[in-house]
Amino acid sequence: MAVTVVLPSVLARFAGGQRTHASPAGTIEEVLARVAQPYPELGKRLADATRDGNEFVTVYLNDEDTRFSGGFETYAADGDEVTIVSAIAGG
Amino acid sequence: MSLLSGPELARYDRHIILPEVGLAGQERLKQSRVLIVGCGGLGSPVALYLAAAGVGHLGLVDFDQVDASNLQRQILHGTSTIGRSKLESAEARLLNLNPYVRFERYETRLSAQNALEIIRGYDVVVDGTDNFATRYLVNDACVLLGVPNAYGSIYRFEGQASVFAADGGPCYRCLFRQPPPAGAVPNCAEGGVLGVLPGLVGTIQATEAIKLLLGIGRPLVGELLLVDALEMRFRRVKVRKDPGCPACGTRTIQSLEEIDAVCELPPPEGAPGRDLSVAALAERRRSGWNPYLLDVREPHEWTIGRIDGAVLIPLGALPRRLAEIPADRDVVVYCKGGVRSRQAVEALLEAGFGRVENLEGGILAWSAEIDPSIPRY
Ligand SMILES: [Zn+2]
Repeated sequence: MAVTVVLPSVLARFAGGQRTHASPAGTIEEVLARVAQPYPELGKRLADATRDGNEFVTVYLNDEDTRFSGGFETYAADGDEVTIVSAIAGG
Repeated sequence: MSLLSGPELARYDRHIILPEVGLAGQERLKQSRVLIVGCGGLGSPVALYLAAAGVGHLGLVDFDQVDASNLQRQILHGTSTIGRSKLESAEARLLNLNPYVRFERYETRLSAQNALEIIRGYDVVVDGTDNFATRYLVNDACVLLGVPNAYGSIYRFEGQASVFAADGGPCYRCLFRQPPPAGAVPNCAEGGVLGVLPGLVGTIQATEAIKLLLGIGRPLVGELLLVDALEMRFRRVKVRKDPGCPACGTRTIQSLEEIDAVCELPPPEGAPGRDLSVAALAERRRSGWNPYLLDVREPHEWTIGRIDGAVLIPLGALPRRLAEIPADRDVVVYCKGGVRSRQAVEALLEAGFGRVENLEGGILAWSAEIDPSIPRY
């Protein structure tokens, strides 16, 4: 068991195109750092996109927006799913 | 005496026999008004299903022409309407589907000036636009007017749907407070889109619109539906009403403001007036290149910050001030995010200027990559 991290394709292109990643349990911050570790550009984009006042990416733990549940300190346990949602505008 | 004629009763029979709709519900649909913003990939199934369902009054907003590359997903249009306006094409198709629907055509780009006027009076808005600028505009206008917005958007194999600005519910800015900076999120023209995806997402929007009009079921208020066509997985996540949201929370947004459309379509390959990256401009200037650097923003933006050596001619003043621009120099045009400058580039090319380039991402990109001392706004 691990934490599953699902990237939107807007960000998966910085992770070798791979959308689903696994990480050991930890805080959201640790989990994201772990996933981005082999992909520096992904780490940079994630940091940019979640910076205060510049949020066009929202990080969910299961179906809860982490901004309302403890932010990046929120603990993701084995079996949890972290879903990253990016604004998209196509129509 | 029903509001519906004999032929209408026959047409809507499969609705009327549903207890959740019934004759009263079908009459309610006939008296309803829905505004569809964008008659492209999402707007196509939305308009077709809402017209078929007997929504009595449909407003259609678009300013584009039908292009062959639209037909892979924009099923409202057809080979015979290539080159015609999307609204004409749409109305012809929809009238053929259901002659009992009345249409209002708005052949214009939704803007800060016209959005409230256009949206006012509709019961539901369906957002099927293809750029962030219009999406934020639709959101803010819907919040100000209290009109629910059946939202959908798509990219490659992924889609999102929700209902924003419903009574007591969150809005688009509760989820994503600001539009992303230029280039951070590619558009469909750059990223591609699976043709059937807007069909999936658009029909969800149409379903939500009908539920809102009839007051049945549980609309997608406070929830975002994430569609993944490759995995065929549908996830639902919560969207909380953010007390700090400038639109529906603190209500600091009291009027509409034009947002630079950072993810508009790029010009076609090989078109004149090509894009110049901020890195290329900085590099080439360091090696001695000295183009005429034209800032087409407004004076209040100019006072916030500017690129060294630039000259200010706001876009609106450009036509009468063309004589000030040297014809024998390279010209580089910039604005905040790269959209107004593209319009300026087109105007300059049309006026006969030969070497004109558009600074990609505008001063925001310049501030992010070259000169962080310029404030971002
Ligand atoms: Zn809001």
